[in-house]
Amino acid sequence: MTKSKSAYSTPSKLGKIDTHIIVVWVDNEASVLSRVVGLFSGRGYNIESLAVAEVDQKNNLSRITIVTTGTPQVIEQIVLQLKKLVPVHKVGNFKREDKNVIFKEMALLKIVANPSKIKKALNACKKYNPVILDQTNKSAVIQITALRKEIDSVTKNLKLFGLVSASRTGAVAMTRGAEIFN
Amino acid sequence: MPKLFTGAEIVYKCLEDQKVEHIFGYPGGAVLPIYDELKNHPSIKHILVRHEQGAGHAAEGYARSTGKTGVVLVTSGPGATNVVTALTDAYMDSVPLVCISGQVPTHLIGTDAFQECDTTGITRPCTKHNWLVKDINDLPRIMHEAFEVATTGRPGPVLVDIPKDIQFAKAKYFKPKKKIKLKGKTLNKFNQKEIDQLVDLMKKASKPVFYTGGGVINSGPKASVLLRELVSITGFPITSTLQGLGAYPGDDNQFLGMLGMHGTYEANNAMHDCDLLINIGARFDDRITGKIDEFSPKSKKVHIDIDPSSINKIVKVDLSIVGDVSDVIRSITKTLKKKNLNLEKSNKQKISKWWQQIQKWRTKQSLNFVNSNKIIKPQHAVQRLYELTKNQDTYITTEVGQHQMWAAQHYKFNKPNRWMTSGGLGTMGYGLPAAVGVQVAHPKKLVVDIAGEASILMNIQEMSTAVQYNLPVKIFILNNQYMGMVRQWQELLHEKNYSESYSKALPDFVKLAEAYGCVGIREKTQMN
Repeated sequence: MTKSKSAYSTPSKLGKIDTHIIVVWVDNEASVLSRVVGLFSGRGYNIESLAVAEVDQKNNLSRITIVTTGTPQVIEQIVLQLKKLVPVHKVGNFKREDKNVIFKEMALLKIVANPSKIKKALNACKKYNPVILDQTNKSAVIQITALRKEIDSVTKNLKLFGLVSASRTGAVAMTRGAEIFN
Repeated sequence: MPKLFTGAEIVYKCLEDQKVEHIFGYPGGAVLPIYDELKNHPSIKHILVRHEQGAGHAAEGYARSTGKTGVVLVTSGPGATNVVTALTDAYMDSVPLVCISGQVPTHLIGTDAFQECDTTGITRPCTKHNWLVKDINDLPRIMHEAFEVATTGRPGPVLVDIPKDIQFAKAKYFKPKKKIKLKGKTLNKFNQKEIDQLVDLMKKASKPVFYTGGGVINSGPKASVLLRELVSITGFPITSTLQGLGAYPGDDNQFLGMLGMHGTYEANNAMHDCDLLINIGARFDDRITGKIDEFSPKSKKVHIDIDPSSINKIVKVDLSIVGDVSDVIRSITKTLKKKNLNLEKSNKQKISKWWQQIQKWRTKQSLNFVNSNKIIKPQHAVQRLYELTKNQDTYITTEVGQHQMWAAQHYKFNKPNRWMTSGGLGTMGYGLPAAVGVQVAHPKKLVVDIAGEASILMNIQEMSTAVQYNLPVKIFILNNQYMGMVRQWQELLHEKNYSESYSKALPDFVKLAEAYGCVGIREKTQMN
């Protein structure tokens, strides 16, 4: 064994890395997002996407949905560390592959092209619940809801049909069926 | 109509209701209304430090030696940034602190005003929680919540940032609620089934070891009493982390000494070879485990901790018990006794081979050193200090470095709350202000800061604080003219390239002590 030239140990082998969706219910107060995000950056956890909004005006609660990656040990730490934060009420943790959970992202896509190309563009979005929010004879703004990788691929295709700007939300999540998360 | 109080008055009313007797602080522009109000509250004594870092460490020493919450009062900007090291130190070592900082008036926040800084932003990663008070009506609730958060579960520092206009504004005062709800951040989540599982493991083990840490100290003096009983009825060997020293008597035969990088041969070998490792209130720090893959490979591991996020953070364990150490140990002992497992007798047989092995390791005498009659060996100095002070109730603080490890190895603590040292953060300059805080809490007791010549210079100004309040703190400097721990690593790992680790241009410490109004004594040859 080669001797470590440091007063610290060398890293161990990393475990398998999974993608998880972490849902956090927090008091909607100043700096709460910074506490959650700061926990991730401070401890070296990853954030792939983030969606935040108030969901309960009466009780002043916001729901934060974070897509993250990590080994099982890291994911467990993320959940436990989040639970320690004072404004955090509860934390949900779902694997991306979990069939009992719906994940969706929304995108607004601006197409600048002639009407025939716009039609083609719309056609390419067919599977992703397209809604035309604005249309002129030179342009259209299309809203779609889909999975992250679906939006990735559709935006790539739409470049051919005049996509000039895309605005995307992070993923939001909801369990299927009558059950709610406690 | 109920009486209205200013923000400054509310701060003191809260401190009084929280039974605070001492605060450590330093005045400045943005905190002056609170200082103005000090004279009207004779039950609260303010200790004026010489640097805000000193205030933080003094409050830490005060808290660690009493089990109470340490309170710090500083001004905005540099006052707040100077206390950041102490807050981080308290966060790493789980010391309950409430830091109150002044802030520029609300309307100037965000304008880069004089002595403005984003205090809550800067201290967010080094506190359990912090608050910027934007509405005077929130102040009483926030102040009481601050004490609750600092002391609930795993203790730690919190900060309340109060803009100057809020200190002047008026509002009603509320006493603390009986129990502030902290959203299920409860202490004890363990059940009898887990205790039974542990007792079962203990019954089966032939090479068990207790590995205890600062959590035992933080659980209060009763935890140490309960731990001693548990160790005694099981007959198991016990080792302790740096922060846990004193929870179990250092001179007892079942105690293997401290473990880890600077620990004893027998403690580390016992950790490596054991078949049952029971962690009580420690956190598998990297100074203990070394390389995780090779850490205690043959053992079943049990982790008892109040902080659920400590479990499986570093080392995956077979059984976790989340709860206050005192309550968990009480349950274990009760269960052991109920099942009438006379472990002491039946187990002695079973683990007798284990003890024989431990005795073999002990003969190595890993802490031994070759004494000299020409120079004073630092280990010898600590041993002499121990011999001469062990018959009185002595409080030891340290700075950080080799002297700290020699103190941990050679001073045998037999009571909790007598040993104050910066473990997690490793803050040079901790010991003297901590000793000031300890002496404030225990004016009649002997308080010694074991120091190195480099560390002591980092907060030497606090000698002035000690003199002002007649605090008879003793500073015991082991002066080898090197940053010893740095040099040790350079010797081991960097081909003896002693880059910048020599303490050049040292002051004459005797004259320095005299300049501050203290007594300085130099000992150059073998002491008696």
